Amino acid sequence: MESIKDKVAIIGMGCTKFGELWDKSPTDLIVEAAYEAFEDAGIESKDVQAAWLGTYFTGLTGQVLAKPLQLDYIPITRVENMCATASDALRNGAYAVAAGVADIVLVLGVEKLKDNGFSGLPDSEMVTGINLTESTYRARTLTGPGHFALLATAYFAKYGLSFEEGRKLLARIAVKNHKNGALHPKAHFQKEITIETALNAPMIASPLGLFDCCGVSDGASAAILCRADMAKNFRPDPVLIKAMQICVGPAEGYISQDYKWTHIEETYRAGLKAYEEAGIKDPAKEISMAEVHDCFSITELAIYEDLQFCGRGAAKEYIESGFFDLDGELPVNTDGGLKCFGHPIGASGLRMMYEVYKQMQGKAGPRQIKNPSLGLSHNLGGTPGSSTISVLIAGN
Amino acid sequence: MVGIKSFSAYIPFFRLSRKEIAQFWNGFPGKGEKAVANFDEDSITMAVESSMNCISGFDTAQIDELYFASTSSPYKEKQASALISTALDLRKDVFTVDLAGSLRSGMSAVKTAVNSIKAGSANDVLVCASDIRLGFPKGSYEMDFGDGGAALLLGKDKVVAQIVDTYSVADEINDIWRSDKDTFVLAWEERFVREKGYLRVLVETASAAMKKFGLEPKDISKAVLYAPNGKLISGAARKLGFDMKTQVQDTLYAQMGNTGTALAPMLLAAALETAKPGDKILWAGYGDGSDVMLLEVTDEIKNYKVKRSVEKQLNEKKMITYQKFLSWRELLQSDPPARPPLEKPSAVSLWRDSRKGLSLTGVKCLNCGTPQYPSQRVCFKCKTKDQFERYRFADKLGKLVTFSHDNLAPSLDPPTTVGAVDYEGGGRVMTEITDREMEEIKVDMSVRMSFRRFRVVGSIYDYWWKGTPVR
Repeated sequence: MESIKDKVAIIGMGCTKFGELWDKSPTDLIVEAAYEAFEDAGIESKDVQAAWLGTYFTGLTGQVLAKPLQLDYIPITRVENMCATASDALRNGAYAVAAGVADIVLVLGVEKLKDNGFSGLPDSEMVTGINLTESTYRARTLTGPGHFALLATAYFAKYGLSFEEGRKLLARIAVKNHKNGALHPKAHFQKEITIETALNAPMIASPLGLFDCCGVSDGASAAILCRADMAKNFRPDPVLIKAMQICVGPAEGYISQDYKWTHIEETYRAGLKAYEEAGIKDPAKEISMAEVHDCFSITELAIYEDLQFCGRGAAKEYIESGFFDLDGELPVNTDGGLKCFGHPIGASGLRMMYEVYKQMQGKAGPRQIKNPSLGLSHNLGGTPGSSTISVLIAGN
Repeated sequence: MVGIKSFSAYIPFFRLSRKEIAQFWNGFPGKGEKAVANFDEDSITMAVESSMNCISGFDTAQIDELYFASTSSPYKEKQASALISTALDLRKDVFTVDLAGSLRSGMSAVKTAVNSIKAGSANDVLVCASDIRLGFPKGSYEMDFGDGGAALLLGKDKVVAQIVDTYSVADEINDIWRSDKDTFVLAWEERFVREKGYLRVLVETASAAMKKFGLEPKDISKAVLYAPNGKLISGAARKLGFDMKTQVQDTLYAQMGNTGTALAPMLLAAALETAKPGDKILWAGYGDGSDVMLLEVTDEIKNYKVKRSVEKQLNEKKMITYQKFLSWRELLQSDPPARPPLEKPSAVSLWRDSRKGLSLTGVKCLNCGTPQYPSQRVCFKCKTKDQFERYRFADKLGKLVTFSHDNLAPSLDPPTTVGAVDYEGGGRVMTEITDREMEEIKVDMSVRMSFRRFRVVGSIYDYWWKGTPVR
C-alpha cells in the first residue's frame, strides 16, 4: 500500500467570511471562495480539469458547483461525510491527482445554514433517512450538544473532576479559541471572552453551556490541487500533503459496553494511521500547529488525548499550562476553530486546511506561529460513539 | 378455582396539591393531592407499566388473553391491547380486547376473563386498566381526577384470591359522560349525579349482590368500593351497612384522587396487599350500571410477594406546580422551541420494528454470547452473520454510563435527561431518563426500563422505553 505523502500539492486556497451571511446566496459563497483560490493559484476556471464538491444540506449532485462557476462539462463529484464532508472531498480530489487522472483539481465545500429560521441543523433524519433505514426508536431525542455532553459527563466522572472544575476547564478552551478568533477578520465571532462570561452563560445541554458550543454559520472554502512535481510552476511556496486518513466507525459506541464515553475511538485510530503515513513518531513535538474539530469544547479536549498531543487524563495539566495557546508549544485552532470561525458543515474541513496552508506559508498575520513545518487538520462527522473522522497532515 | 394470581397498581411519580389548584383560581381549597402522570405517560404506557410489574416472575407463555380497559385510550380507532401485548412481548396468538366507555370496564374485563377461564378457552388472562382523564380547569373534576393504572393476572392455579361469584346490572343514565367531541369529562347537576347515579346504583346493586351471594354485611372482611370522590364513599358504605373504619378500603382520594377505570382494580390491589387467608372481599364498581364480585383470599396469599406496593408508591412522589400540570396536558399554549419540526414517524418503519423495538427486544450472539440492541445482522463483537437468539432488555436492570440534561431537545418538560444505559448481563441502549429529579442523576446509578411515549406527530403515537431511577 502506497502513501499519499508528497505526491499532491495545494497551490491555492480561498475562504469566505463565515457567519450569518443573510445577504449571501450559496452562489455568492461558491463564487467568492473559488475565485479567491483561482487567484491565489494563478489559474483560471477553465484550467480546472475535475472538481469535488462537499456539502451536507446545500444541494445534490456536482451541478451545485458547475452552475455558479459555469464550469464547462468537467467531471464533478458531490461528497458527503457529515461534518467531515470537506476534508473527504479534499481527500478524493487529492487521490485523483495522485492517480494521475487529473493534474489540476478544484475542491470546494459550501454550506448555507442560516436560511432555515432557527439555530441549529435541519433534521438530518429528514435529509438522510438515517432512522428510516434502521430502528425508528433509537436515541432520536438527542441533540448535537446532548450527544457531546455525554462525553463531558463521563470524562469528568472518570478523572474525578467536579461539575464546576470540569466546566471551568472547558471554559479555558473557549477563551483560547475566542482569543485566536478575534485575530481573524473572516471569523464568525471576533471577540475575546473571559472564563466568567463562559461560565455564566445559559446552559445548553448540561454540562455544556453556550460558549462550549460552536457557531452555526454560512460559508464556503476552496482549494486548488496539483501534482507535487508541477507545484513550483504555480507558486514558490506550495504546501504538500503528507497524510490523508478517514476512519469511519460502525457506531459501536451506541451498542457496546466497551465504549466508555471518555474518548473518541475513531479519532485515535485516524491519528495513528495519519502519523504512520506521514512518518511522524512524536506528534506533540513534530506537529507545529493543529486545526481540530471543536464543535464543542469537550470535543477539543478529547482530541488532545486521542491525537496523542498529551497522555490520557493529562489534558487538564496541558490546557492550564497554555500548551495549546497561540504562543504555546503546540497551538491548536489558531484561527478560532469551529467555536469562533464558525461551522458551515460542508465547508469546515477546507476552512481548517485554509488556516494550516496560511500558517505553513507564513501568511497568518497576527496569528502566525514560529517555524512551521507540519500542520494537522482533524475533522469529525457524527457523534461520540458513532463518528467519521478525517485527519489530514500537510507541510512544507 | 378461578381467581387472581397476581396484582399490581401503578401510581405515577408526580402529585399536584389540590390547594395549589385552588390558589390559582382563587377557589375553595380541596384536601390532599392528585396523582399526575408524567408528560410522557398515557393510558397505554400506564397499562404496560402496571402489567410489567404484575407478570414479572410469572410464565407469560400461559397468558392466552389480554384485556385493556380505559376511557382514555390514545386512539379512538386502533386497538391499544395489541400494542400493549406487543410491548409486553406476549405470544402472537394472544386474544386481545379493548374495553372502553365505562369506568367499570376494568371490572367488566375481570368478569369476562373469569368466564373465559371457566369456559376453558384460556389458561391465564391479563387484565390491565388505566386512565388519564381531564376535568375542566377550575372545575371540581380537575380536583378529583388522578392518573393511574392496575393489572390483574387471572388463572386457575395458585390463585391468591378466588373469584367466588359475580353480579351485574346495566343502568342507562346521563350522569357523567364524554362524547367523541369532548376533551373534558361532562356531568349533569351534582345532586342528581350523586343521588340518582352513584349512590342509588352502587348501593342497590351491591345489596342485591350480597343477597345473591347469601351474605350479610358483617360477613365481609373488606368492602372495596369505587367512589368518585372522598365524600361519597362513606355515604355508600353507611347505606350498605359497613363500618367505615374496619370494613371499607380507603379510596386513596386524598393521596391520588379518582383514577377512573383504574380505581377499582387499584383499590383491590391495595386491599390484597394486606389481606389474610379466608378474607371475604366485596368488590364493586360503577358506571352506567355496576359490576359486583365476591372474592375469597386463599392460603397462597402467604407465598405472594408484593413487588411495588401501593403504600411504597404513595410515599415515593414529587410535587409539581399547577403550571407544569397544565403544560404537560397541553392546556397552556406556549412558545414553541426554535428547532426543526419533528418528522412524522413512518408507519412502515414502525411496523417493521414493532415486534422487537416496541418490546425492547434485541439479540444475543450465539457465537460469542454478546447481547445487543437493536437487533443486528452481523455481530458487532465477533462479526458472525445471522447467528442470534432473541434477547429482551425491557425487564433488565441497567446502569447509567453517562448523561446530559439537554435544554435544546423539544420537550413538554425540559431539560430532557438523555444517557447511555448498560444492562446487567450485557447490552447498551441510548435513551431518555424519566421520572427523575435532576439532582439524583449520577454516573453509575441504577435504572430500570419504563414504557413511554416519545412523540406524537401526525396523530401517530410513537412509544419506546426510557430509563427511570430504581426506587
